[in-house]
Amino acid sequence: MTAADLGGLALAIGTGVAAGLVGCFAVMRRMTLAADALSHVALPGIGLALLLRVHPVLGGVAALVLGALLVWGVERKTRLATETVIGVVFSTALAVGSLLTTGEELMEALFGGTGRFTSVETAIGLVVVAGIVGFVWRARHCLVLTLVSPEIARTSGIDVSRLNLAFLLVFALTIALGLRYLGVLLIGSLAIIPAATAKRLALSLNGMFGIAVVVSVVATTTGTYAAGILHRQPGPLVVLVASACFILSLLWRRQGHRGAHHP
Amino acid sequence: MGSDRATAGNALEVANVSVQFGRTKVLDRLSFEVPRGSSLAIIGPNGSGKTVLFQALIGALPHEGTVRWAAGTRIGYVPQKLDIERDLPVTGDDFLRAKAAVTGASSRDASRALGLVSLDPSVAAMSIGTLSGGQFQRLLVAVALVGKPTVLLLDEPTAGVDELGQETMNETVERLRREEGLTVLLISHDLSVVYRYASNVLCLARGTACFGAPKTTLTPAMLEQLYGTPVGYHVHDGR
Repeated sequence: MTAADLGGLALAIGTGVAAGLVGCFAVMRRMTLAADALSHVALPGIGLALLLRVHPVLGGVAALVLGALLVWGVERKTRLATETVIGVVFSTALAVGSLLTTGEELMEALFGGTGRFTSVETAIGLVVVAGIVGFVWRARHCLVLTLVSPEIARTSGIDVSRLNLAFLLVFALTIALGLRYLGVLLIGSLAIIPAATAKRLALSLNGMFGIAVVVSVVATTTGTYAAGILHRQPGPLVVLVASACFILSLLWRRQGHRGAHHP
Repeated sequence: MGSDRATAGNALEVANVSVQFGRTKVLDRLSFEVPRGSSLAIIGPNGSGKTVLFQALIGALPHEGTVRWAAGTRIGYVPQKLDIERDLPVTGDDFLRAKAAVTGASSRDASRALGLVSLDPSVAAMSIGTLSGGQFQRLLVAVALVGKPTVLLLDEPTAGVDELGQETMNETVERLRREEGLTVLLISHDLSVVYRYASNVLCLARGTACFGAPKTTLTPAMLEQLYGTPVGYHVHDGR
């Protein structure tokens, strides 16, 4: 195994950990649709970056940050407006992006590349992973209070609006982290599917974090390994492994849920 | 929560507070004061703006007028019925731990809060989506008590709680008010609770507002005006 392979493996694991953790809160905050659609906004950014001959991920990050700011701004209004804006703006972004990007580059932007990175890309990626994991760990208590009741969060001294913005930006970074690996269309699934699997199985918050991270890391590493053997792109295989875990979780009924009353 | 502070002796001072949604004015130039250590009950029919008032008081809604809290106010908030997903993997302990961590309270403080609302630790270990309505309300009150609050804002805290549980919870809040000098703001539909525990009552209804001691303020005529129908009530004597 070469140094580049090791770096790639480390980044695959790191991306899995970050996506698993961030995904837990995205799923619990019921922003699955927003999360998936937000990732599409990266495409026009990538297209512009390719036109301007800068690193495509930089264009993707810029577009994602703008998208996160847009979702945050609209979330402060009504729920209906959020869904409408997401539906219209992000589909438009996908359309514009696919006009700006063509051929091989479009396929890579949509479904991910080979999973091979330069040492600088790997190093930056690992720093971003550390930042994302650090944020989720530090903010987890604030995020829990906010998702159960914004009023309890606010009266506990949390700036709810700022926390929501910080979370959206971290989510955007997580999407950016996996862009070249899974592509615009598939990266959302890496954040959502392991967390959705964990939500079905876990009985506590730490349980959910643990299961989501394990499913996500198993998906990224197995998918990457299988891609090498099958000579395929890793992105779709990673998502297939995660989906298989979710389907298996459907067969499992967690304890303590029968006969309980909903508040 | 406003740059000004309430004057000594008052936990909260509200002056000319109005809240408007589009063209509908939900609260119209509302003014009242809440002395420290007292208990204010807020009553009114559905849609009269009781919860909106609470949200304006905590700064969650834009409003006109001024809301002044005493310096050093720490609020424990019990929200109205929450929509919690059944399979949300957050346990009561996770919830209590989060509140303790954010407010800098100890785990002992959290255990004490559970004891105060008579919630068994084994219930707190369950995920909050699986708790019964009454258990969940008790947990919310326990969470509000973590972090040494000076003021409790309770939005129908006993909704869905069995009668014995309601009695226990009301008595607990009253005991904390007396013993620890907590100020209590309580939204309630239960007039007997208002008569029994509230120092003052604030009634809200479109076009009507009244404020004062329950026994003198809640006249049959005022209640009829508030609810649009004659309201039967029973005054509990003695505390």
